[in-house]
Amino acid sequence: MVSTIEYWVGIDLGSTTTKAVVLNQAGDTLGCGITNSRSNYDVACSVSLAEALTDARFSLIAKEFAGQADSKAILERLELAFKEAQFREQLADLQQICMGLLEQRKAPAVYAEALTEIFNGMEVEAHDLHQHGANRRSDFFRDLAGASYLSLAEKVSRDADLSFEQIVGLYDKAILEVEARMPDGESFRLHLDSALECGGFDEPIRATITKVAAIDLVQSGSVGTGYGRARLPFDKAQIRSEILCHGLGAHAMFPGTRTVLDIGGQDTKAIQVDANGIVTSFQMNDRCAAGCGRYLGYIADEMNLGLHELGPMAQKSKKCVKINSTCTVFAGAELRERLSLGEKREDILAGLHRAIILRAMSILARSGGIDNEFTFTGGVAKNPAAVEALAKLIKENYGERTVNISPTSIYTGALGAAIFALRGRDVTGEEAA
Amino acid sequence: MSKNQMTPDVQKDSSQLKQKQMIAEHYTRLAKAPDTGEKNAYTFVPGNLTELLRSFDLLPVLPEINALQSSMRGKSREYIAIAEKLGHSEDVCTYVKCDLGMMKSGNVGPTGERLPDPDLLLLSYTGCFTFMKWFEILREEYDAPVAMLHVPYQGDGVITDSMRKYVVDQLKTKVIPVMEKVSGKSYDEDRLKEMLTRSAKAEDDLVAVLESGKNTPSPIDAYFGGVYYIGPIFTAFRGTQDAVDYYEALRSEIDERVRLGKGPVTPEGEMKEEKYRIVVEGPPNWTSFRKFWKMFSDEGAVVVTSSYTKVGGVYDNGFRHDPDRPLESLAEYCMGCYTNLTLPSRVDMLAKYVEDYNADGLLINSIKSCNSFSAGQLMILREVEKRTGKPGGFIESDLVDPRYFSAANIKNRLESWFQMIQQRRDG
Repeated sequence: MVSTIEYWVGIDLGSTTTKAVVLNQAGDTLGCGITNSRSNYDVACSVSLAEALTDARFSLIAKEFAGQADSKAILERLELAFKEAQFREQLADLQQICMGLLEQRKAPAVYAEALTEIFNGMEVEAHDLHQHGANRRSDFFRDLAGASYLSLAEKVSRDADLSFEQIVGLYDKAILEVEARMPDGESFRLHLDSALECGGFDEPIRATITKVAAIDLVQSGSVGTGYGRARLPFDKAQIRSEILCHGLGAHAMFPGTRTVLDIGGQDTKAIQVDANGIVTSFQMNDRCAAGCGRYLGYIADEMNLGLHELGPMAQKSKKCVKINSTCTVFAGAELRERLSLGEKREDILAGLHRAIILRAMSILARSGGIDNEFTFTGGVAKNPAAVEALAKLIKENYGERTVNISPTSIYTGALGAAIFALRGRDVTGEEAA
Repeated sequence: MSKNQMTPDVQKDSSQLKQKQMIAEHYTRLAKAPDTGEKNAYTFVPGNLTELLRSFDLLPVLPEINALQSSMRGKSREYIAIAEKLGHSEDVCTYVKCDLGMMKSGNVGPTGERLPDPDLLLLSYTGCFTFMKWFEILREEYDAPVAMLHVPYQGDGVITDSMRKYVVDQLKTKVIPVMEKVSGKSYDEDRLKEMLTRSAKAEDDLVAVLESGKNTPSPIDAYFGGVYYIGPIFTAFRGTQDAVDYYEALRSEIDERVRLGKGPVTPEGEMKEEKYRIVVEGPPNWTSFRKFWKMFSDEGAVVVTSSYTKVGGVYDNGFRHDPDRPLESLAEYCMGCYTNLTLPSRVDMLAKYVEDYNADGLLINSIKSCNSFSAGQLMILREVEKRTGKPGGFIESDLVDPRYFSAANIKNRLESWFQMIQQRRDG
């Protein structure tokens, strides 16, 4: 077994999430990682890379077990136990910070008791969240811990007659600090040890896993992209526009593609590429982020739903409500008005999805339309209702077209960036820092 | 054009100092006009009749220039708010609102001196419908006489004899009589001819400067730097000896830069490496002018030619003011201004620019406020791309409303476009 693997990374620092894709020398994807962009871009960048490297290691482990009848079960068990160990570490950190804040504020002892009760409850939920078949509404600690904390805080504050706002305020402040922690270089091995400890694996399996985990992953090049690209700790030469990265990433996923639509957190981009994935023209939304991913995020918050619950609910609609506004600011008002008129949530959601896709269609048309194979990328491509509305409108406007959507479409920009990183080596022979 | 654009440590060429002095003297003369008795005329940039006005000793006041100057001094947000408070919609041209806001705030001009009330409102270009509405408002406000010249659109892409005659007849029967009345002076064609001779001389030098962008590296930035170069010719100075002197000095400075193989001077200093040569269509944004320029210069992008530097008049086809055909050439100047051209003519001109200036592509800055420029720009972009095989770029901003300048969005699009050009070069 090799002891060292060189890798090239692309990081897409978006307004909502930060994605990293790690490639090997042959250009194969070793791993992908994602995290919420938070207020600290440097950390988001490091966390997404750490996640991608973890994913890469799990892929290497999976390879070792390939062909074994129980390989899938082994890996799932390992991964869940690993994620639980990660989660618990952050949870302990969160608790410590919250307690520290209480002390600083000289809060009455009852608050500390309440907080202990909340965190005890969260510990139990943490375990449940990392079991086979558990329903996780998000992949991010902030969302999972936040939902758990809020529901427990509501009950505990009511029972003990304490200020709910004060207790929630502690979380709001503490989570920022937790999220600002740089990932520790040793954390992978620590969490893996913990997972191996708790997972109840046989010795030969443990030995294989430990051996693979010891492989050194060495970074040989990096390229950054996305809205926060200027803040990435990279040289300017290692920064690429997300338009080029999405074009190239989509081309790598679907070589026949000529038109790419990317709906991200705060912009919508329509990109035309040639047979080599080189961008020939593009259009994007202007100053206003109406109808972008953030709009759906806001609607999800308004409806108290997880972002990925929106699409499936909209798909239950039998009667799509006509909605004209895609203004994020007015979205809440529009939603409440429709609800007050007695419209069903799923019908309103279907209308909202159609509205954002209509806006995207206009940007697509401005970029030159769709002549050939089409690829939909970005976070919104994960939403089945958006995809359905888009497919329908493409057919109405351009006739039958191949519409590609990769299950890993959210990584398209990061993949393009990683390919640029790898090509940088090919072209210049230089090895980036 | 703006005395506040350059940082104090920026080395100014003698032409720049000359222009600064010309502007300062002009505004001082305007400020003193109520005492000296000098008369003025408010008029616009496209196809203006500066020589004719000056032959009557009427001092030009350019409301668009005042608006953009206010914007560069960071005053436009406040002025626009005043106009909107008066009931002007968010959709109205922001030059108009900025000008009205300035007027309502005491009509203090760019140099901090008060501008005189108009003695005459001279509308010499009617292709922009907003101009007519603008002067209707000023007429209400000041109760000033209006001279309106109806300028036929170059619908078939040419100026015909009958079009020329139509404009000349209006000059003789409508415009000149009003000027005579306002100024109290008779039309003096000899004096006009002298001015037109000086105009043509200055125009020759200006054209040489603008065409210096054909050199590699280009010694000028023909958009951001270009707006300074067109200042005197398109505003109050065409036909004056000052303008002749200014353009002569400017031309010799630029010739020297060509000789030394130097690139353009930007507010950040001299540009070292010319990475991208681009053609720009549309007016610049004035609220973040320097930041906007920096987005180009940081990337090594030089604007080698632009349509905005033709906003007052187009000299590409050899047009010059002609003392032998005074009124006819004034008429041709009015009809020849850039926004009076059809979309096909503009496509021809821009595609030719991309070729003649050996540019990497056409960039459009689409302005929310300006339908005269912005209508049809996507078609222009696609056509120029098709004809030249060079990729087009498209950004959106506004003239003087800071609310419509999204730096992150513009920078993102610009960087993407530059990288796209690079990617296509790399293959």
